[in-house]
Amino acid sequence: MRNTFINKLRSLAATHEDVFLLCGDLGYSVLEPFAEAFPNRFLNVGVAEQNMTQVAVGLAREGYNVFTYSIGNFPTLRCMEQIRYDICYHEANVKVVAVGAGYAYGPQGVSHHTTEDIAMLRAIPNMTVCSPADPIEARAAAEFMVHHRGPAYVRINKAGEPTVHADAVAPILTPGEFIKVRPGRGAAVLVTGAILASIVHEVRASGRDYAIYSVPFIGNYSRNALATLADTFDAMITVEEHQLNGGFGSSVVEALSDLYSTGRISRMPKVRRIGIPNQFIGVSGSQEYLRRQAQLTLGASRSDA
Amino acid sequence: MDTASFAKAMRLRALELCHLKRTSHIGGAFSVTDILAVLYNEVLNISPTTARSPSRDRLFYSKGHACTALYSALELRGFIDRHMLSEGFTTDGSYFTSHVNHRVPGVELSTGSLGHALGVACGTALAGLRRRLPHTVFAVLSDGELDEGSNWEAILFAAHQRLDNLVAIIDYNKIQSFGSVAEVMNLDPLADKFRAFNWTVKEVDGHDIEALSETLRSAKAERFDAPKVVIAHTIKGKGVSFMEHELVWHYQSPNKDDYEAARNELRAK
Repeated sequence: MRNTFINKLRSLAATHEDVFLLCGDLGYSVLEPFAEAFPNRFLNVGVAEQNMTQVAVGLAREGYNVFTYSIGNFPTLRCMEQIRYDICYHEANVKVVAVGAGYAYGPQGVSHHTTEDIAMLRAIPNMTVCSPADPIEARAAAEFMVHHRGPAYVRINKAGEPTVHADAVAPILTPGEFIKVRPGRGAAVLVTGAILASIVHEVRASGRDYAIYSVPFIGNYSRNALATLADTFDAMITVEEHQLNGGFGSSVVEALSDLYSTGRISRMPKVRRIGIPNQFIGVSGSQEYLRRQAQLTLGASRSDA
Repeated sequence: MDTASFAKAMRLRALELCHLKRTSHIGGAFSVTDILAVLYNEVLNISPTTARSPSRDRLFYSKGHACTALYSALELRGFIDRHMLSEGFTTDGSYFTSHVNHRVPGVELSTGSLGHALGVACGTALAGLRRRLPHTVFAVLSDGELDEGSNWEAILFAAHQRLDNLVAIIDYNKIQSFGSVAEVMNLDPLADKFRAFNWTVKEVDGHDIEALSETLRSAKAERFDAPKVVIAHTIKGKGVSFMEHELVWHYQSPNKDDYEAARNELRAK
């Protein structure tokens, strides 16, 4: 996914001459083609994420569309206040790109587990949070980010993810949308990020009659689309590779509650949230192992989903 | 208006605003006043009608807490309406917050959280070099905020990228929020630190208008592959005898007696 995103960014940068890529001394074997193609619009700022973010704002003020790139917590939590005040309050045209979503860098330890970023970043006004699920969404996310004006965050898994979508998915993502992956009647499973592939596999393998939707943007959901889902399904399940506190599932429950309290929907669906149960997992492990440890699966069949 | 008169008008206005709205930081506003007066009256290529011009100089004001000094300078240069500032300063619904706000005309960047402006100035200077723009980028910093690690990231970066269109100015008044800089987090030898980081260093008496003028003009003009820092040795509370060197004026708002005594002293100069 990271290569897909960066390669798409590189191809778009040829015609979008305002695209500028900063990295925090990470991206070996990923960023070189961009750097070689556009040396005047690429810079490794060193291991200094606060400054990277501030430099990005300075460049954006001068008309560049700036992408900052690093691993997981470093371009995000490490420099939260630069993101809040310098990027978001000033509505700077900066996109923060983090690779290693969830447990993608599993064996490298908790420092590299990106498991609170959605909650942190979605709390900030003016921020658009994007969590693509597969290479096709990553490519469409790059397209969106090059055209979007304003702050945004892209959380990318890593490399080698399977493609989930048929190629029919729109070439550019739309905030607030729910992309149908498979139809079903028993429940609507809403998934964000690269764990989508394993959830699709699990539903298929268990024969459950569940509809599955990919949700590449967190928050600001289409009210009509969400209301239709709530009217259609008694049960919903949210899945994310992120802590339960304040994450994707929380955002869905909040949005549903808003629809219900304002009378837009007549009843609340039962929502089961699947995510990391607000704990660190300090042992080493592959992404698959750590997902199992955190119980990021639908689990045994339940009548109420 | 000559720059000494400009500075005097700034001090009187900052004092008035702090008194009227019961706000803090008059000490830090007075220490930076002569620096801003020279910049806004002599050095910066800026004007209200060219506030968004690509060729304008950019000044990033990192000591956002000393807002009354910057607002006063911008008022004197015609960016801000006097009546709007008097009415609006820290009042409900106004953008005249007591840490400078980019929604106020002439303010390039909202600050108030320390250690942000120099990095943004670096990005702006980098854009200027890559696009061969003629402007100079200034950043005005307090001494206390040099405790922030983000500033040292930016200091490394500026030298490595040879940002010779960047001028940082340190208002070195030697007092920070909770005590003297020497006691809280010693910065000396400050000039040597910047030299060791490959910056061109100039030191100046931050209240000598002529010396400031010469130093800031030359810092702006020089382009020798290195960023420049002007360490301005200043006095917190400068201009009012009972405020000079006193930590309390980091916090205390001048009451009626303070205000009248300070105003009389400033006017007599």
